[in-house]
Amino acid sequence: MTAPELLPQQPHDEDGPVFNEPWEAQAFAMAVSLNRRGVFTWSKWTETIGALIAADDEPDETGERYYQYWLTALEQLVAENTPISVEQLAERKEAWDKAARATPHGKPIQLGRENES
Amino acid sequence: MSHDHSHEEGSALSDTALRVKALESLLVEKGYVDPAALDQLIDIYENKVGPRNGAAVIARAWVDPEFKVRLLEDATNCIKEFGFEGRQGEHMEVKENTPQIHNMVVCTLCSCYPWPVLGLPPVWYKAAPYRSRAVSEPRAVLGEFGVKLGDDVEVRVWDSTAELRYLILPMRPENTEDLSEEELALLVSRDSMIGTGIALTEAPS
Repeated sequence: MTAPELLPQQPHDEDGPVFNEPWEAQAFAMAVSLNRRGVFTWSKWTETIGALIAADDEPDETGERYYQYWLTALEQLVAENTPISVEQLAERKEAWDKAARATPHGKPIQLGRENES
Repeated sequence: MSHDHSHEEGSALSDTALRVKALESLLVEKGYVDPAALDQLIDIYENKVGPRNGAAVIARAWVDPEFKVRLLEDATNCIKEFGFEGRQGEHMEVKENTPQIHNMVVCTLCSCYPWPVLGLPPVWYKAAPYRSRAVSEPRAVLGEFGVKLGDDVEVRVWDSTAELRYLILPMRPENTEDLSEEELALLVSRDSMIGTGIALTEAPS
């Protein structure tokens, strides 16, 4: 028995994958690790992600966007509670983008590779 | 624009994956996270923690009346006795389903869920329709999950928070007197512990 009206895509009686993509798992683990280290409380975490979910003009009808909220909450709390700034995150993201594009298929992506070519 | 396609295409990552790599590399460099610890956490939640934990607790409550009383009074510590503890299991409450009362769990804010006993939540639990409709029209939602309740059954919806997580104690199926605790645990579905299902009458093949 599925729940067709509730969520057409989701067979609710079968366990799907816990994480749909590797990045979801990484983002999950980083938030739990930082909470364990006391960087932020879990109440602060739920408050932050809850506010992001509530503020979204387009509700997440399937739950598939949950880890997008998770990642944004993580970025916010890292910027608020560690020396890592929003600007540093943006710079580092740019560096990874260049590195990835400069990396041939099948090779591990490493920062600095873009300078080799 | 270069026409050197083999180079130009490279291994471009999605915007989301790049944000995650930026976070991870900076957090590792600053000593905030340990890559090995991240891998270990992922392994735990992908492979080791799940609804079988909760099912063991429920089956014990079905066969051991004294345990059931304690479970309903002090779920947090009773569950710890099984070795199931950790994040999102710090403060647990168990709600018992009876012929008169059907309990179900939601998190209207985000997706608070008792990880140590159920693992990470199914995708529908995190979706906007469930989070809103479980409160506004729980009977309709239950109907869509295949749970038909008589009009005389009261439905209680429990909204999880960062501080308090709920586990539903479903009714023990009839004609299961001869089953062992281990056999009974196989009848305890994940949904029956969220309250969007009832216990199975026979073990899944």
